[in-house]
Amino acid sequence: MRTCLVVDDSSVVRKVARRILEGLDFQIVEAEDGEKALEICKRELPEAILLDWNMPVMDGYEFLGNLRRMPGGDQPKVVFCTTENGIDHITRALHAGANEYIMKPFDKDIVAAKFQEVGLLQPAPQE
Amino acid sequence: MTPSDYEYLRKYLKDSSGLDLSSDKQYLIESRLLPVSRKAGLPGISELVQKMKGGSASITTQVVEAMTTNETFFFRDKVPFEHFRNSVIPEILAARASRRSIRIWCAAGSTGQEPYSLAMSLKEMGAALAGWRIEILATDLSVEVIEKSKAGIYSQFEVQRGLPIQMLVKYFKQIGELWQINADIRAMIAHRQLNLLHDFSQLGTFDVIFCRNVLIYFDQDTKVDIFRRLAKASEPDGFLALGAAETVVGLTDVYKPYPERRGLYRPSGFQAASTTTAGGAFAPKLAAIAGR
Repeated sequence: MRTCLVVDDSSVVRKVARRILEGLDFQIVEAEDGEKALEICKRELPEAILLDWNMPVMDGYEFLGNLRRMPGGDQPKVVFCTTENGIDHITRALHAGANEYIMKPFDKDIVAAKFQEVGLLQPAPQE
Repeated sequence: MTPSDYEYLRKYLKDSSGLDLSSDKQYLIESRLLPVSRKAGLPGISELVQKMKGGSASITTQVVEAMTTNETFFFRDKVPFEHFRNSVIPEILAARASRRSIRIWCAAGSTGQEPYSLAMSLKEMGAALAGWRIEILATDLSVEVIEKSKAGIYSQFEVQRGLPIQMLVKYFKQIGELWQINADIRAMIAHRQLNLLHDFSQLGTFDVIFCRNVLIYFDQDTKVDIFRRLAKASEPDGFLALGAAETVVGLTDVYKPYPERRGLYRPSGFQAASTTTAGGAFAPKLAAIAGR
Protein backbone atom coordinates (compact mmCIF):
# COMPACT_ATOMS: atom_id res chain seq x y z
CA MET A 1 0.00 0.00 0.00
CA ARG A 2 1.30 3.46 -0.87
CA THR A 3 1.88 6.07 1.78
CA CYS A 4 0.67 9.65 1.91
CA LEU A 5 2.10 12.09 4.42
CA VAL A 6 -0.53 14.59 5.55
CA VAL A 7 1.04 17.82 6.83
CA ASP A 8 -1.34 20.28 8.48
CA ASP A 9 -1.39 22.04 11.85
CA SER A 10 -5.15 21.48 12.16
CA SER A 11 -5.99 18.09 13.60
CA VAL A 12 -9.47 18.41 12.10
CA VAL A 13 -8.09 18.87 8.58
CA ARG A 14 -5.68 15.97 9.11
CA LYS A 15 -8.58 13.77 10.20
CA VAL A 16 -10.71 14.73 7.18
CA ALA A 17 -7.78 14.21 4.81
CA ARG A 18 -6.99 10.86 6.43
CA ARG A 19 -10.54 9.64 5.93
CA ILE A 20 -10.56 10.70 2.25
CA LEU A 21 -7.12 9.28 1.46
CA GLU A 22 -7.68 6.00 3.29
CA GLY A 23 -10.77 5.68 1.11
CA LEU A 24 -8.44 6.03 -1.88
CA ASP A 25 -6.23 3.20 -0.55
CA PHE A 26 -3.38 5.21 0.92
CA GLN A 27 -1.67 4.48 4.20
CA ILE A 28 -1.50 7.74 6.17
CA VAL A 29 1.29 9.34 8.18
CA GLU A 30 0.57 12.68 9.84
CA ALA A 31 2.74 15.66 10.74
CA GLU A 32 1.66 18.95 12.34
CA ASP A 33 4.38 21.17 10.88
CA GLY A 34 7.08 21.22 8.20
CA GLU A 35 9.91 20.31 10.57
CA LYS A 36 8.19 17.14 11.80
CA ALA A 37 7.30 16.30 8.20
CA LEU A 38 10.95 16.65 7.20
CA GLU A 39 12.05 14.28 9.98
CA ILE A 40 9.56 11.70 8.73
CA CYS A 41 10.85 12.12 5.15
CA LYS A 42 14.45 11.63 6.32
CA ARG A 43 13.48 8.24 7.75
CA GLU A 44 11.38 7.16 4.76
CA LEU A 45 10.07 9.04 1.74
CA PRO A 46 6.34 8.71 1.11
CA GLU A 47 4.87 8.43 -2.40
CA ALA A 48 2.56 11.41 -1.81
CA ILE A 49 2.48 14.49 0.41
CA LEU A 50 -0.63 16.59 1.06
CA LEU A 51 0.82 19.86 2.29
CA ASP A 52 -0.64 22.88 4.10
CA TRP A 53 1.07 26.24 3.62
CA ASN A 54 0.70 28.18 6.89
CA MET A 55 2.00 26.24 9.88
CA PRO A 56 4.06 27.09 12.98
CA VAL A 57 7.77 26.15 13.26
CA MET A 58 8.26 25.49 9.53
CA ASP A 59 5.69 26.34 6.88
CA GLY A 60 4.81 24.21 3.86
CA TYR A 61 6.74 26.34 1.40
CA GLU A 62 9.98 26.06 3.35
CA PHE A 63 9.39 22.34 3.86
CA LEU A 64 8.98 21.84 0.11
CA GLY A 65 12.30 23.59 -0.62
CA ASN A 66 14.07 21.37 1.93
CA LEU A 67 12.40 18.22 0.63
CA ARG A 68 13.35 18.87 -2.98
CA ARG A 69 17.02 19.36 -1.95
CA MET A 70 17.13 16.01 -0.11
CA PRO A 71 18.57 12.92 -1.82
CA GLY A 72 15.55 11.33 -3.55
CA GLY A 73 13.46 14.32 -2.50
CA ASP A 74 12.33 14.90 -6.06
CA GLN A 75 10.36 11.62 -5.96
CA PRO A 76 7.30 12.28 -3.76
CA LYS A 77 4.33 13.91 -5.49
CA VAL A 78 3.52 17.04 -3.49
CA VAL A 79 -0.01 18.42 -3.54
CA PHE A 80 -0.45 21.70 -1.69
CA CYS A 81 -3.74 22.00 0.19
CA THR A 82 -4.16 25.47 1.57
CA THR A 83 -6.37 28.51 2.08
CA GLU A 84 -3.73 30.56 0.25
CA ASN A 85 -5.84 30.78 -2.89
CA GLY A 86 -4.08 33.58 -4.73
CA ILE A 87 -2.43 33.03 -8.07
CA ASP A 88 0.85 34.44 -6.70
CA HIS A 89 1.00 31.69 -4.08
CA ILE A 90 0.10 29.02 -6.64
CA THR A 91 2.85 30.23 -8.98
CA ARG A 92 5.44 30.28 -6.16
CA ALA A 93 4.46 26.76 -5.13
CA LEU A 94 4.81 25.42 -8.67
CA HIS A 95 8.21 27.07 -9.05
CA ALA A 96 9.32 25.49 -5.78
CA GLY A 97 8.42 22.04 -7.14
CA ALA A 98 4.82 21.40 -6.12
CA ASN A 99 3.03 18.97 -8.46
CA GLU A 100 -0.53 20.09 -7.81
CA TYR A 101 -2.43 22.62 -5.75
CA ILE A 102 -5.72 22.34 -3.89
CA MET A 103 -7.47 25.49 -2.75
CA LYS A 104 -9.39 24.92 0.47
CA PRO A 105 -12.16 24.11 1.11
CA PHE A 106 -11.72 20.70 -0.47
CA ASP A 107 -13.72 17.50 -0.72
CA LYS A 108 -13.13 13.93 -1.82
CA ASP A 109 -13.81 14.69 -5.50
CA ILE A 110 -11.17 17.41 -5.59
CA VAL A 111 -8.54 15.30 -3.81
CA ALA A 112 -9.25 12.36 -6.14
CA ALA A 113 -9.12 14.63 -9.21
CA LYS A 114 -5.80 16.18 -8.18
CA PHE A 115 -4.25 12.83 -7.28
CA GLN A 116 -5.28 11.62 -10.73
CA GLU A 117 -3.62 14.64 -12.32
CA VAL A 118 -0.25 13.70 -10.87
CA GLY A 119 -0.65 10.00 -11.65
CA LEU A 120 -1.16 8.81 -8.06
CA LEU A 121 -4.59 7.44 -8.94
CA GLN A 122 -6.14 5.89 -12.00
CA PRO A 123 -9.23 7.69 -13.32
CA ALA A 124 -12.39 6.28 -11.77
CA PRO A 125 -14.36 3.89 -13.97
CA GLN A 126 -17.09 5.74 -15.83
CA GLU A 127 -20.68 5.66 -14.70
CA MET B 1 -46.08 16.58 -6.41
CA THR B 2 -49.07 14.49 -7.49
CA PRO B 3 -48.83 11.65 -10.04
CA SER B 4 -50.68 13.86 -12.54
CA ASP B 5 -48.13 16.70 -11.99
CA TYR B 6 -45.39 14.19 -12.69
CA GLU B 7 -47.08 12.94 -15.86
CA TYR B 8 -47.61 16.50 -17.05
CA LEU B 9 -43.94 17.41 -16.53
CA ARG B 10 -42.81 14.17 -18.10
CA LYS B 11 -44.88 14.72 -21.23
CA TYR B 12 -44.03 18.41 -21.43
CA LEU B 13 -40.28 17.79 -21.16
CA LYS B 14 -40.45 14.97 -23.68
CA ASP B 15 -42.27 17.13 -26.23
CA SER B 16 -40.28 20.31 -25.72
CA SER B 17 -36.73 19.07 -25.16
CA GLY B 18 -36.79 15.35 -25.89
CA LEU B 19 -35.84 14.65 -22.27
CA ASP B 20 -37.13 11.15 -21.63
CA LEU B 21 -37.78 10.62 -17.91
CA SER B 22 -38.67 7.15 -16.79
CA SER B 23 -41.51 6.77 -14.28
CA ASP B 24 -39.19 6.78 -11.25
CA LYS B 25 -37.44 10.12 -11.58
CA GLN B 26 -39.47 12.01 -8.96
CA TYR B 27 -36.35 12.71 -6.92
CA LEU B 28 -34.65 14.25 -9.95
CA ILE B 29 -37.61 16.53 -10.63
CA GLU B 30 -37.79 17.54 -6.99
CA SER B 31 -34.09 18.28 -6.65
CA ARG B 32 -34.03 20.32 -9.85
CA LEU B 33 -37.41 22.07 -9.61
CA LEU B 34 -37.81 22.90 -5.93
CA PRO B 35 -35.17 25.66 -6.32
CA VAL B 36 -37.12 26.99 -9.32
CA SER B 37 -40.38 27.14 -7.39
CA ARG B 38 -38.62 28.73 -4.42
CA LYS B 39 -37.09 31.35 -6.70
CA ALA B 40 -40.53 32.10 -8.13
CA GLY B 41 -42.00 32.43 -4.63
CA LEU B 42 -44.17 29.35 -5.03
CA PRO B 43 -44.68 26.78 -2.25
CA GLY B 44 -44.06 23.67 -4.35
CA ILE B 45 -43.94 21.81 -7.62
CA SER B 46 -47.72 21.50 -7.99
CA GLU B 47 -47.97 25.28 -8.05
CA LEU B 48 -45.14 25.38 -10.60
CA VAL B 49 -47.12 23.02 -12.82
CA GLN B 50 -50.20 25.23 -12.42
CA LYS B 51 -48.18 28.21 -13.69
CA MET B 52 -46.97 26.17 -16.66
CA LYS B 53 -50.52 25.11 -17.48
CA GLY B 54 -51.55 28.76 -17.15
CA GLY B 55 -49.10 29.59 -19.91
CA SER B 56 -46.24 31.28 -17.98
CA ALA B 57 -43.43 31.31 -20.51
CA SER B 58 -40.76 32.41 -18.02
CA ILE B 59 -41.62 29.62 -15.56
CA THR B 60 -41.73 27.08 -18.37
CA THR B 61 -38.32 28.14 -19.66
CA GLN B 62 -36.83 27.90 -16.17
CA VAL B 63 -38.29 24.43 -15.70
CA VAL B 64 -36.88 23.13 -18.98
CA GLU B 65 -33.48 24.67 -18.28
CA ALA B 66 -33.30 23.30 -14.75
CA MET B 67 -34.20 19.80 -15.93
CA THR B 68 -31.81 19.70 -18.88
CA THR B 69 -28.74 21.29 -17.31
CA ASN B 70 -26.17 18.65 -16.57
CA GLU B 71 -23.06 18.46 -14.51
CA THR B 72 -19.88 19.02 -16.43
CA PHE B 73 -16.24 19.70 -15.69
CA PHE B 74 -13.00 20.45 -17.46
CA PHE B 75 -11.50 17.53 -19.41
CA ARG B 76 -14.39 15.38 -18.22
CA ASP B 77 -13.48 11.66 -18.48
CA LYS B 78 -9.96 12.56 -19.77
CA VAL B 79 -9.93 9.83 -22.45
CA PRO B 80 -11.92 11.72 -25.13
CA PHE B 81 -9.44 14.58 -24.86
CA GLU B 82 -6.50 12.20 -25.19
CA HIS B 83 -8.11 10.80 -28.35
CA PHE B 84 -8.63 14.38 -29.55
CA ARG B 85 -4.94 15.26 -29.06
CA ASN B 86 -3.39 11.97 -30.13
CA SER B 87 -5.68 10.67 -32.89
CA VAL B 88 -8.22 13.20 -34.11
CA ILE B 89 -6.07 16.30 -34.54
CA PRO B 90 -3.04 14.51 -36.06
CA GLU B 91 -5.33 12.85 -38.63
CA ILE B 92 -7.03 16.13 -39.45
CA LEU B 93 -3.68 17.92 -39.77
CA ALA B 94 -2.76 15.39 -42.43
CA ALA B 95 -6.14 15.30 -44.18
CA ARG B 96 -6.65 19.09 -44.24
CA ALA B 97 -3.07 20.12 -44.98
CA SER B 98 -4.09 22.10 -48.06
CA ARG B 99 -7.28 23.65 -46.68
CA ARG B 100 -5.77 24.36 -43.25
CA SER B 101 -9.06 24.75 -41.44
CA ILE B 102 -10.82 22.78 -38.71
CA ARG B 103 -14.48 23.04 -37.70
CA ILE B 104 -15.45 21.61 -34.33
CA TRP B 105 -18.92 21.44 -32.84
CA CYS B 106 -19.74 20.86 -29.17
CA ALA B 107 -23.38 19.87 -29.54
CA ALA B 108 -24.04 19.91 -25.80
CA GLY B 109 -21.56 22.62 -24.86
CA SER B 110 -23.25 23.26 -21.52
CA THR B 111 -21.45 25.81 -19.32
CA GLY B 112 -18.33 25.81 -21.49
CA GLN B 113 -15.98 23.36 -19.80
CA GLU B 114 -15.92 21.04 -22.81
CA PRO B 115 -15.41 23.62 -25.60
CA TYR B 116 -12.82 25.44 -23.48
CA SER B 117 -11.01 22.15 -22.76
CA LEU B 118 -10.80 21.56 -26.53
CA ALA B 119 -9.64 25.15 -27.09
CA MET B 120 -6.90 24.80 -24.44
CA SER B 121 -5.83 21.47 -25.95
CA LEU B 122 -5.45 23.15 -29.34
CA LYS B 123 -3.56 26.06 -27.77
CA GLU B 124 -1.15 23.58 -26.19
CA MET B 125 -0.31 22.20 -29.65
CA GLY B 126 1.08 25.61 -30.53
CA ALA B 127 3.21 25.69 -33.65
CA ALA B 128 1.61 22.63 -35.30
CA LEU B 129 -1.57 24.65 -35.78
CA ALA B 130 -0.01 28.01 -36.67
CA GLY B 131 -1.78 29.49 -39.69
CA TRP B 132 -4.80 27.17 -39.35
CA ARG B 133 -8.31 28.55 -39.15
CA ILE B 134 -10.00 26.95 -36.17
CA GLU B 135 -13.69 27.27 -35.49
CA ILE B 136 -15.30 25.87 -32.36
CA LEU B 137 -19.06 26.14 -32.14
CA ALA B 138 -20.68 25.50 -28.76
CA THR B 139 -24.43 24.99 -28.72
CA ASP B 140 -26.85 24.20 -25.93
CA LEU B 141 -30.56 24.07 -25.36
CA SER B 142 -30.39 26.46 -22.44
CA VAL B 143 -29.87 30.19 -22.90
CA GLU B 144 -28.81 30.59 -19.27
CA VAL B 145 -26.12 27.95 -19.69
CA ILE B 146 -24.83 29.58 -22.89
CA GLU B 147 -24.50 32.92 -21.09
CA LYS B 148 -22.40 31.27 -18.42
CA SER B 149 -20.27 29.62 -21.08
CA LYS B 150 -19.72 32.92 -22.89
CA ALA B 151 -18.63 34.63 -19.67
CA GLY B 152 -16.19 31.81 -18.95
CA ILE B 153 -16.31 32.50 -15.22
CA TYR B 154 -16.03 29.55 -12.86
CA SER B 155 -16.06 28.95 -9.13
CA GLN B 156 -13.04 27.70 -7.24
CA PHE B 157 -14.81 24.35 -6.96
CA GLU B 158 -15.39 24.13 -10.72
CA VAL B 159 -11.77 24.85 -11.67
CA GLN B 160 -10.47 22.19 -9.31
CA ARG B 161 -12.10 19.21 -10.98
CA GLY B 162 -10.31 18.01 -14.10
CA LEU B 163 -8.21 21.07 -14.76
CA PRO B 164 -4.48 20.67 -14.09
CA ILE B 165 -3.15 23.52 -11.92
CA GLN B 166 -0.61 24.50 -14.61
CA MET B 167 -3.48 25.13 -17.01
CA LEU B 168 -5.36 27.18 -14.43
CA VAL B 169 -2.32 29.41 -13.99
CA LYS B 170 -1.71 29.63 -17.73
CA TYR B 171 -5.21 30.18 -19.10
CA PHE B 172 -7.23 31.82 -16.31
CA LYS B 173 -7.37 35.13 -14.54
CA GLN B 174 -8.38 35.34 -10.91
CA ILE B 175 -11.31 37.64 -10.08
CA GLY B 176 -11.77 37.58 -6.31
CA GLU B 177 -13.04 34.10 -5.48
CA LEU B 178 -13.76 33.32 -9.13
CA TRP B 179 -11.68 32.39 -12.15
CA GLN B 180 -12.24 33.63 -15.69
CA ILE B 181 -10.78 31.93 -18.73
CA ASN B 182 -8.59 34.31 -20.74
CA ALA B 183 -10.05 36.42 -23.55
CA ASP B 184 -7.99 34.76 -26.29
CA ILE B 185 -9.43 31.35 -25.37
CA ARG B 186 -12.96 32.77 -25.10
CA ALA B 187 -12.55 34.27 -28.56
CA MET B 188 -11.98 30.77 -30.00
CA ILE B 189 -15.58 29.75 -29.24
CA ALA B 190 -18.76 30.81 -31.03
CA HIS B 191 -21.97 30.24 -29.08
CA ARG B 192 -25.46 29.51 -30.26
CA GLN B 193 -28.71 28.32 -28.72
CA LEU B 194 -29.84 25.08 -30.33
CA ASN B 195 -32.29 22.28 -29.71
CA LEU B 196 -30.95 18.99 -31.07
CA LEU B 197 -34.53 17.90 -31.77
CA HIS B 198 -34.80 20.61 -34.40
CA ASP B 199 -33.15 20.84 -37.79
CA PHE B 200 -29.49 21.87 -37.54
CA SER B 201 -28.48 21.46 -41.17
CA GLN B 202 -27.91 25.23 -41.41
CA LEU B 203 -24.77 24.83 -39.26
CA GLY B 204 -22.90 23.27 -42.18
CA THR B 205 -20.46 20.40 -41.82
CA PHE B 206 -17.86 19.69 -39.16
CA ASP B 207 -14.59 17.81 -38.89
CA VAL B 208 -15.20 16.96 -35.24
CA ILE B 209 -18.45 16.70 -33.29
CA PHE B 210 -18.49 16.27 -29.52
CA CYS B 211 -21.96 15.19 -28.44
CA ARG B 212 -21.43 13.82 -24.98
CA ASN B 213 -23.77 12.94 -22.16
CA VAL B 214 -26.88 14.35 -23.78
CA LEU B 215 -28.23 11.48 -25.90
CA ILE B 216 -28.63 9.32 -22.79
CA TYR B 217 -31.69 11.41 -21.98
CA PHE B 218 -33.43 10.69 -25.29
CA ASP B 219 -35.51 7.67 -26.29
CA GLN B 220 -34.32 5.25 -28.94
CA ASP B 221 -36.11 6.74 -31.97
CA THR B 222 -34.90 10.22 -31.11
CA LYS B 223 -31.32 8.97 -30.71
CA VAL B 224 -31.45 7.27 -34.10
CA ASP B 225 -32.80 10.43 -35.72
CA ILE B 226 -30.12 12.62 -34.12
CA PHE B 227 -27.32 10.23 -35.15
CA ARG B 228 -28.62 10.32 -38.72
CA ARG B 229 -28.60 14.14 -38.76
CA LEU B 230 -25.22 14.33 -37.00
CA ALA B 231 -23.76 12.09 -39.71
CA LYS B 232 -25.09 14.52 -42.31
CA ALA B 233 -23.45 17.40 -40.44
CA SER B 234 -20.15 15.51 -40.42
CA GLU B 235 -17.42 15.62 -43.06
CA PRO B 236 -17.14 12.15 -44.65
CA ASP B 237 -13.81 11.69 -42.81
CA GLY B 238 -14.98 13.44 -39.66
CA PHE B 239 -15.11 12.28 -36.04
CA LEU B 240 -17.85 11.92 -33.44
CA ALA B 241 -17.13 11.73 -29.71
CA LEU B 242 -19.84 10.36 -27.43
CA GLY B 243 -20.10 10.13 -23.65
CA ALA B 244 -18.81 7.15 -21.70
CA ALA B 245 -22.29 5.64 -21.33
CA GLU B 246 -23.31 6.21 -24.95
CA THR B 247 -22.83 4.29 -28.19
CA VAL B 248 -24.17 3.96 -31.74
CA VAL B 249 -23.81 0.19 -31.58
CA GLY B 250 -27.18 -1.53 -31.93
CA LEU B 251 -28.91 1.75 -32.79
CA THR B 252 -27.68 2.89 -36.17
CA ASP B 253 -25.14 2.09 -38.85
CA VAL B 254 -24.51 5.69 -39.96
CA TYR B 255 -21.52 5.74 -37.60
CA LYS B 256 -19.08 3.01 -36.68
CA PRO B 257 -16.68 2.81 -33.73
CA TYR B 258 -13.10 3.88 -34.26
CA PRO B 259 -11.14 0.75 -33.34
CA GLU B 260 -9.39 0.90 -29.97
CA ARG B 261 -10.56 4.46 -29.26
CA ARG B 262 -13.43 4.09 -26.87
CA GLY B 263 -16.15 6.70 -27.36
CA LEU B 264 -14.87 7.78 -30.79
CA TYR B 265 -16.80 7.13 -34.02
CA ARG B 266 -16.52 7.87 -37.73
CA PRO B 267 -19.15 8.09 -40.47
CA SER B 268 -19.76 4.66 -41.98
CA GLY B 269 -18.78 5.65 -45.50
CA PHE B 270 -15.27 6.44 -44.35
CA GLN B 271 -12.43 4.05 -45.17
CA ALA B 272 -8.98 4.62 -43.77
CA ALA B 273 -6.57 5.32 -46.63
CA SER B 274 -5.36 2.21 -48.49
CA THR B 275 -6.44 -0.25 -45.82
CA THR B 276 -9.38 -2.59 -45.70
CA THR B 277 -9.98 -2.31 -41.98
CA ALA B 278 -10.51 1.25 -40.80
CA GLY B 279 -8.33 2.99 -38.22
CA GLY B 280 -5.76 1.25 -36.02
CA ALA B 281 -4.46 -0.24 -39.24
CA PHE B 282 -1.40 1.93 -39.46
CA ALA B 283 0.62 0.12 -36.83
CA PRO B 284 0.48 -3.34 -38.46
CA LYS B 285 1.27 -1.74 -41.79
CA LEU B 286 4.38 -0.09 -40.40
CA ALA B 287 5.38 -3.38 -38.81
CA ALA B 288 5.08 -4.96 -42.26
CA ILE B 289 7.30 -2.31 -43.78
CA ALA B 290 9.83 -2.87 -41.02
CA GLY B 291 10.20 -6.40 -42.33
CA ARG B 292 8.04 -8.39 -39.95
